[in-house]
Amino acid sequence: MESHKENEINGPHSMGTTIIGVTYNGGVVLGADSRTSTGVYVANRASDKITQLTDNVYICRSGSAADSQTVSDYVRYFLHQHTIQLGQPATVKVAANLVRMLSYNNKNFLQTGMIVGGWDKYEGGKIYGVPLGGTLLELPFTIGGSGSSYLYGFFDQAWKDGMTQEEAEQLVVKAVSLAIARDGASGGVVRTVTINSEGVSRKYYPEDKLPRWHEELEPQNSLLDILSSSSPEPMVS
Amino acid sequence: MAADMGGSYGSTLRYKSLERIKPVGKHSIIGASGEISDFQEIMRYLDDQVLNDNMWDDGNSLGPKEIHSYLTRVMYNRRNKFDPLWNTLILGGVKKGQKFLGMVTMIGVNFEENHIATGFGNHMAQPLLRAEWHENLTFEEGVTLLEKCMRVLLYRDRSAVNKFQVLLLFPINLMRLMCYGMRLLGK
Repeated sequence: MESHKENEINGPHSMGTTIIGVTYNGGVVLGADSRTSTGVYVANRASDKITQLTDNVYICRSGSAADSQTVSDYVRYFLHQHTIQLGQPATVKVAANLVRMLSYNNKNFLQTGMIVGGWDKYEGGKIYGVPLGGTLLELPFTIGGSGSSYLYGFFDQAWKDGMTQEEAEQLVVKAVSLAIARDGASGGVVRTVTINSEGVSRKYYPEDKLPRWHEELEPQNSLLDILSSSSPEPMVS
Repeated sequence: MAADMGGSYGSTLRYKSLERIKPVGKHSIIGASGEISDFQEIMRYLDDQVLNDNMWDDGNSLGPKEIHSYLTRVMYNRRNKFDPLWNTLILGGVKKGQKFLGMVTMIGVNFEENHIATGFGNHMAQPLLRAEWHENLTFEEGVTLLEKCMRVLLYRDRSAVNKFQVLLLFPINLMRLMCYGMRLLGK
């Protein structure tokens, strides 16, 4: 029993996760859930999986929390130096390539899939996927994490090119919330980060702001609230 | 050279618009199957080689034979270190009118042939190619034969997707890249 508790508190933390990156007409929207688990215990129910690399580039992290945090830290450090040398903001492509470099060269040790998204003045809004082996793919949208399994069909149907910012944000929120509904390793709140020429905007959607799906009920404050509104039926006839 | 544009992750058809054939220098094209991250790394090595070749600025350029030889060395040496690049590579090219088609595997096996296939293609496409390829194929006959092979692979290979990338190399130094889906025939 002792070792069981040990694993839960100090064991490897993984972000069974849902992460999404989507381009729209003018920028990108990054989205993620907020659950970090060690085994079956939810270590953090309000994590922030969308991490800043530079003013204009953010990264969604999935897989091992330690690995993804370390990769992000290194890339932030390299990008900082690169920005000083360059004299202007780093491009999304450079950030993504640095993530790929670390992922690929340490492929035998790392277990993290990431999505890099941002806006720069040369290419506009861009999304790059860097899955497990260190492949680098520039895509109009991409999904990752354990919850993404439930979203392939959804995106096949719902994705379209040239969406507005509103449409893109709604799509991301709907998708993360659908994944949370079915993936035990995803949960908590939905966080989105929107990046465009005007800057960065963070949004947060708590449970009651999300749509209700199949077999889900509206959250109530207490049983007492619903008791008073209807008279209970007798259990025995 | 033709390839489908699927990038699988286990049994999931994860990426459906992946380019698995790329041009190398002025004379060659390389097609890869296997681990995509390793293919991307190989492309970085090849781009370095092409850059160095250009910097000599001596009128010479790397041809398909040289690239094939370079790839063989890379793959075999990695195999010897027990850290292979997990790819099967097909190298094709035309330089000064001379045609070349060769293959290198992840353990460094390499050879030249008139028709080459990777993976499932060895089982499904090669029998068709052995029966119907001959020295004097016209361009149209070649395309039809290749399509026949790709169609049967689409039917019978679970990891194939109906989106194909075809790179055509003409002796007059022309490369054309086409992407299209195929109509399925029969019952």
